[in-house]
Amino acid sequence: MHEPQPETVQIHINGKSVRVATGSTVAVALTLTEQACRISVRHEERGPLCAMGICMECRVTIDGVPSRLACQTLCQPNMDVRTHG
Amino acid sequence: MSSSYDAIILGAGIVGAACALECARGGMRIAVVEGDVVGGGATAAGMGHIVIMDDSMAQLELTRYSQLLWAELAPELPEDTEYETTGTIWVAADQQEMEEVYRKQAVYGQQGIVTKVLDRPALRKMEPNLHPGLAGGLLVPSDAVLYPPCAARYLLEQAVRHDAVVVPKKAVRIGNGRVELNDGAILESQRIVNATGTAASDLTADLPMRKRKGHLVITDRAPGFVRHQLVELGYLRSAGSSTADSVAFNVQPRKTGQMLIGSSRQYDADHKEVDRSMLVRMLQRVQQYLPGIADLSVIRTWTGFRASTPDKLPLIGPYSDDPTIFLATGHEGLGITTSLATAKLLMNYFTGSRSAIPLEPYLPSRILLEAQHA
Amino acid sequence: MASVRQHSFDVLIVGGGPAGMAASSTAAAHGHKVAIVDDNPSLGGQIWRGRSFSSASKRAADKTAAAWYRKVQNAQITHLSGLRVFDSAQAGVLLAESQDGPNSQYGQWELHYRKLILATGAQERFLPFPGWTLRNVLGAGALQSMVKSGLPVAGKRIVVAGSGPLLLAVAAYMRAHGAQVVEICEQASMGQLAAFAFGLLASPERILQGMQYKLQLLGTPYRTGCWPVAAYGTQRLETVVLSDGRRTREIPCDYFACGFHLVPNVELPALLGCHLKNGFVEVDPLQQTSVPDIYCVGEPTGIGGLEQALVEGEIAGLASTGRVEQAQPLQRERKKMQSFTERLEKAFALRPELRRLPDAQTIVCRCEDVTFSQVREYASWRAVKLHTRCGMGPCQGRICGTAGEFLLGWNANSVRPPILPVRFQTMAVAPAIQEIKSQNG
Ligand SMILES: Cc1cc2nc3c(=O)[nH]c(=O)nc-3n(C[C@H](O)[C@H](O)[C@H](O)COP(=O)(O)OP(=O)(O)OC[C@H]3O[C@@H](n4cnc5c(N)ncnc54)[C@H](O)[C@@H]3O)c2cc1C
Ligand SMILES: Cc1cc2nc3c(=O)[nH]c(=O)nc-3n(C[C@H](O)[C@H](O)[C@H](O)COP(=O)(O)OP(=O)(O)OC[C@H]3O[C@@H](n4cnc5c(N)ncnc54)[C@H](O)[C@@H]3O)c2cc1C
Ligand code: FES
Repeated sequence: MHEPQPETVQIHINGKSVRVATGSTVAVALTLTEQACRISVRHEERGPLCAMGICMECRVTIDGVPSRLACQTLCQPNMDVRTHG
Repeated sequence: MSSSYDAIILGAGIVGAACALECARGGMRIAVVEGDVVGGGATAAGMGHIVIMDDSMAQLELTRYSQLLWAELAPELPEDTEYETTGTIWVAADQQEMEEVYRKQAVYGQQGIVTKVLDRPALRKMEPNLHPGLAGGLLVPSDAVLYPPCAARYLLEQAVRHDAVVVPKKAVRIGNGRVELNDGAILESQRIVNATGTAASDLTADLPMRKRKGHLVITDRAPGFVRHQLVELGYLRSAGSSTADSVAFNVQPRKTGQMLIGSSRQYDADHKEVDRSMLVRMLQRVQQYLPGIADLSVIRTWTGFRASTPDKLPLIGPYSDDPTIFLATGHEGLGITTSLATAKLLMNYFTGSRSAIPLEPYLPSRILLEAQHA
Repeated sequence: MASVRQHSFDVLIVGGGPAGMAASSTAAAHGHKVAIVDDNPSLGGQIWRGRSFSSASKRAADKTAAAWYRKVQNAQITHLSGLRVFDSAQAGVLLAESQDGPNSQYGQWELHYRKLILATGAQERFLPFPGWTLRNVLGAGALQSMVKSGLPVAGKRIVVAGSGPLLLAVAAYMRAHGAQVVEICEQASMGQLAAFAFGLLASPERILQGMQYKLQLLGTPYRTGCWPVAAYGTQRLETVVLSDGRRTREIPCDYFACGFHLVPNVELPALLGCHLKNGFVEVDPLQQTSVPDIYCVGEPTGIGGLEQALVEGEIAGLASTGRVEQAQPLQRERKKMQSFTERLEKAFALRPELRRLPDAQTIVCRCEDVTFSQVREYASWRAVKLHTRCGMGPCQGRICGTAGEFLLGWNANSVRPPILPVRFQTMAVAPAIQEIKSQNG
């Protein structure tokens, strides 16, 4: 038995809800909505660089857990994403 | 080829750098011999806690004196030294340890050191991430934190401004007023200061010193997670023991917002590799005190070696066999703190001037003599 | 407190790209208990992940991919996706942490093995230039990876730059997804490409062919001897500036996909004590490293691309399960590919002008925001780390250390556990090494 896969999922980024295609990573959701992942030591906005879990530029807080990599995390229904943490 | 100096300092760790500056500022012609990265030895491994400790009266005097010297120097330290007067909280787990808090407060008070006893609510207010079941603690507001490799580099730069010469070579043999370098060159001086940390016994035979390994862990940035250096009161037992392997809760907030975590103590573990079982014991201890640290991320672990003497006090001053050789080593887990006082005491000895605290408890002869009598 | 899960295997493969897939399906053929672990939500590595392949496809490359996926599916292999190996507890035991995907639950995994095959792939080399930290300036493979994981690029203006055959693959992929690829800008000169790699008629099509790509670039300008010098924008990218050494051009775009060829991921092999030579893991003709029972395949042994990764995977799959004779024909095949790897390296060698890309204020270490003026006096990696914090952040020098090797001659090789950041509680779990349970399927 296969449940039909909904084509989009809804997640919450800094409290705002965002809908993205199922299978999208959190990094994709942030890039689509033109948001930075984190603020650097000298207060620059940063987004993904390597998209493969190496550079650590895409660190965000997911469901309360800090330093998760947005580029290696798939959006799950109602996931709570906090940037600039 | 040979060149001659008023003093030659071997090693540019924090101790060697401090000695170089003190002597150069006093008008001596100084050469500093460093075979590797400046501040790259134990100085690059340790925690950089400027801390007053009272394992013995001599330790209390030396650390207190040093801590005042650091506070005096602080305004001129560059940004990258990350000097910050965070204060220390000695954390008491239960009522029995609270007794120790009061004892410690009395001892510190006799030396004019201001402290504050924290009960359970006060501790909770100051450090909300500590386990709520902890009984209290003792705040020592004057303790500080810094970044040792940059501090060593700064001290050395200042020495160079006072005309000290840095010789980027390794010393291979010393004695009778001569230092032989790995390229065959010879330096000459009537004062050769062996400040090579745990390597000191390679150049000077029969030093009463053992290596004592420690593990360290650094987390990603989480500003404000803790605000003071937090150390369990049991730390004194751990640091003071000279037998068993031990771990103690010891967490330091860095100016970067990271948490630097110590501390373990192991004798006779000579390799630099991280020992997982030691690491795990240490981390589990930390998690008992700071449950919320579980979700922070660890970015690196490493180890360092302390140069440890039988009475946990450094070796400062002449070394009995050879009148041209002086020691400035054996600082165990306190060399960052006690480097500045070590330099003052050594310089006072060279000039024959009165020192702020007596040198006797740190003279190498105390242990060397004891060994001869035994 | 976090839990430990213990599993034990005859052959454990780290890395779920083509090399790891070939190794695992080959090793599993004779009833050996095999597992493949990868930190991403699904298998496929950098090249295959996030796409579906059909054996009915007209394209040979797709057929190959489909065939390997089928082999992996049909074999008895334990898939451990979303698990990141961060340390080695002792010989024969790796420690991993869950990231995301089917095994998503934080906690420590203890993976026991008799034989280990390392297939950890490569990363892009990034070089710092003014503006490279702006949002939407990212790696070439990185942008591709983002599109594979859901980023729509239809109608977006994209400039692809840096070095290596990957640029072409990425540009073709972007076009296929409706992007407007403004131009492709390769730092190597046409002469260099022609001399070493692709004969006298070096052309994008020839290079793509050489990589077994049948993708079309349809008139997208491919400029050789051309490199990026700056990117501008307020927080987010607006334009890039390209140079050929004589004149510069400023081009507006939405994404700047820029990477300078690949560097191998050798942290885990290094942590395990495998001997490295010129930055690559040294292996014998059976893909065995200097450490007994540890094999290495794919990019960590040399940037050789897909074909070589597959063959090496097969060889190790056979060798690790005692079928050495069967590996012999494959070894001959691999040997032939060796010269391709060497030619590739020479063809895309970085030009010295690139050492002048960063200006004094350019950030070199992105984790700690350390600028070029702070680091350029240092000749040693250890010294620059200790005195400037360059390389001390969570990426542990994977980006800045790699750049510094080219820019300043550093030897950025100090691996310590964890090889990638890990939860405190995961690190704090005691390995329960004695009792070994097992699992399959
Ligand atoms: C885990 C740990 C935690 C610690 N935490 C603290 C703390 O919180 N607070 C504190 O005060 N102290 C702390 N310490 C102690 C402190 O780090 C040391 O006491 C101090 O760094 C010693 O400095 P040093 O200059 O004597 O030695 P080192 O820093 O080791 O310097 C010796 C130098 O000599 C050089 N050298 C060696 N041999 C030769 C040779 N033959 N020729 C030329 N050069 C040579 C070396 O390259 C090196 O640079 C800690 C130590 C450890 C290991
Ligand atoms: C960013 C990028 C994009 C690329 N795009 C293309 C392309 O479009 N076309 C092309 O021909 N070639 C491309 N390549 C080259 C291509 O990856 C290789 O030629 C080929 O895939 C080699 O396969 P591999 O199995 O050796 O490595 P990879 O495919 O890189 O697979 C290695 C896998 O191991 C995983 N891994 C690594 N370390 C750990 C760990 N500690 N724990 C768990 N898992 C781990 C990685 O996440 C990865 O999934 C690209 C390379 C990179 C780096
Ligand atoms: S973008 Fe580099 S780690 Fe996620």
